Amino acid sequence: MRIKIHEIIGIMFIGVSRVWFRNALVFRRNIRVNLIPPFIEPLLYLGAIGFGIGAYITDIEGVPYIRFIAPAILAASVMNASFFECAYGTYVRMYYQKTFDALLATPITIQEVILGEIFWGATRGLISALSISIVLLLLGLASPVGLLIVLPFSFLAGVLFSSIAACFSAVSPSIDTMSYPATLFVAPMFLFSGTFFPLHLLPQIVQVLALLLLPLTHVVSLIRGLLTETSVPLWAFNISWIVMGTIIFSFLAIRLFKRRLVV
Amino acid sequence: MSRYVIEAKDLTKRYRDLTAVDSISFSVTRGELFGFLGPNGAGKTTTMKMVQCVSPRTGGKLRVFGDDPETSGRIIRKRIGVVPQETNLDPDLSVFDNLTVYARFFDIGRDDALKRAKNLLEFFELEGKKDTIIEKLSGGMKRRLLLARALMNNPDLLILDEPTIGLDPQGRHHIWEKLLKLRAEGHTIVLTTHYLDEAAKLCDRLVIMDHAKILVEGSPDALVRTFIGMDIVETDKSDQVTRYLDSINISYGTGGEMIQVRTDKPRELADRLTEQFREIRIITRPGSLEDVFLMLTGRGLRE
Ligand SMILES: Nc1ncnc2c1ncn2[C@@H]1O[C@H](COP(=O)(O)OP(=O)(O)OP(=O)(O)O)[C@@H](O)[C@H]1O
Ligand SMILES: [Mg+2]
Repeated sequence: MRIKIHEIIGIMFIGVSRVWFRNALVFRRNIRVNLIPPFIEPLLYLGAIGFGIGAYITDIEGVPYIRFIAPAILAASVMNASFFECAYGTYVRMYYQKTFDALLATPITIQEVILGEIFWGATRGLISALSISIVLLLLGLASPVGLLIVLPFSFLAGVLFSSIAACFSAVSPSIDTMSYPATLFVAPMFLFSGTFFPLHLLPQIVQVLALLLLPLTHVVSLIRGLLTETSVPLWAFNISWIVMGTIIFSFLAIRLFKRRLVV
Repeated sequence: MSRYVIEAKDLTKRYRDLTAVDSISFSVTRGELFGFLGPNGAGKTTTMKMVQCVSPRTGGKLRVFGDDPETSGRIIRKRIGVVPQETNLDPDLSVFDNLTVYARFFDIGRDDALKRAKNLLEFFELEGKKDTIIEKLSGGMKRRLLLARALMNNPDLLILDEPTIGLDPQGRHHIWEKLLKLRAEGHTIVLTTHYLDEAAKLCDRLVIMDHAKILVEGSPDALVRTFIGMDIVETDKSDQVTRYLDSINISYGTGGEMIQVRTDKPRELADRLTEQFREIRIITRPGSLEDVFLMLTGRGLRE
């Protein structure tokens, strides 16, 4: 009996969605707690940085400062939500709750578990993007049409950040070591990805490093282009980096988890 | 279709330089309740994980429902229910959701899942805990819920890794009763245990494992008959008694603080001993699976 490739993909899709659903159900059970931070956080940033610092800065490249950082705040929230879900959330489910062990005793495969986790992480990113979009829309800080494109794009960016986090999760010997990627990768990315000031203010070498190593750079510049209706000079490079990174890190995450869990 | 539910030949598992399962062969037939006994670290859990298709074997042959776990893991797992040694209930979900969410992973429709979950909670007397969070269950309830979860997909094979670990006598009897009922319904069950009485009471056949190998295989009665054969006279260990037994040419074993003599005339020996030593404390009893176990695996503690 030969099973065709599209049937395998079909079965996998069902498996992945089942894992995703399990996480979504838990999220829904605690919806009140879960939905407050994504609304509060952007307001804090907009308030402190946008209106505070923004009082001293008028325009950046013809864009009012608060409009300049609004897209970055959205992008950074997607990053945070996705990254932390698949760093800490995934690690806790794997290591402390033995949820993966339980899943792997069912017909679900390890690929499906990991992809389900990554897509769930991306969904957390999308939820954050959605709540910030509402805030930005109400404050009139972003182009409504741009927001429509930004939402599905946030999901893709979420997959990228989730899969990177999943790789760290898979190799982390303990939950404490997860603070390394958090402080050495996520925190610098939050500051040096053209988020609060344009990338070209940085020394050239740092600019190159940011473009090569910090995925948030690409996400910020694309989202900023869409929300401020300005041009994105490196758009092709930005998109390629995100797509390639998503594919590479997803596969890598699956491999690393296999190495850790299938013994 | 093969009459064997599980067939293992020279099954081997190595973790780097440690051989956890060393070339074991066994088979489990349909409708059987089959046991794995063995001290800590014998390789029981490792064997169960290979059968469950979650841990790939290093060598040998393994067939479950006639299929190879290496290539047909998903199909095999669909027909298996598992109670793991370490509890892995979903702490984020309620008792009821634990069952219904689990059912989804087996492609069980919503209505079916709700019905089965309800029936199983009744079967294991957990209806009252339906909406409780896992954290608030007692150890015994968790074990019962794990068993209920393992039955959600109506499995053709149930794998239970120490199903009664950490339970009080009531809890163990409750689970035994349910297992015997399940066997009567025709389920094939494989279990591991450290409790000899449990194995003697439940298993049709069992193997005793130690140091990654199977030492013996048979029904509990046959094992006791073959290896002990007779009754046991037991008394406190003392030099006088061993000297006396040596002098009348009766062989004995010593384990812990006791001397054991296998004999087919227990009364006679007991009388001779009381005659010889006034204050001696003597127990005569039929040989048990525990004697077989200790005889084969020794009394040393395992790390
Ligand atoms: N993932 C692993 N990596 C390395 N060694 C392992 C792993 N799992 C088990 N072992 C080793 O394999 C051997 C057999 O372990 P196993 O868990 O199968 O024993 P067991 O018979 O189930 O013991 P217990 O009665 O204590 O549960 C032990 O020496 C154990 O340390
Ligand atoms: Mg074990």
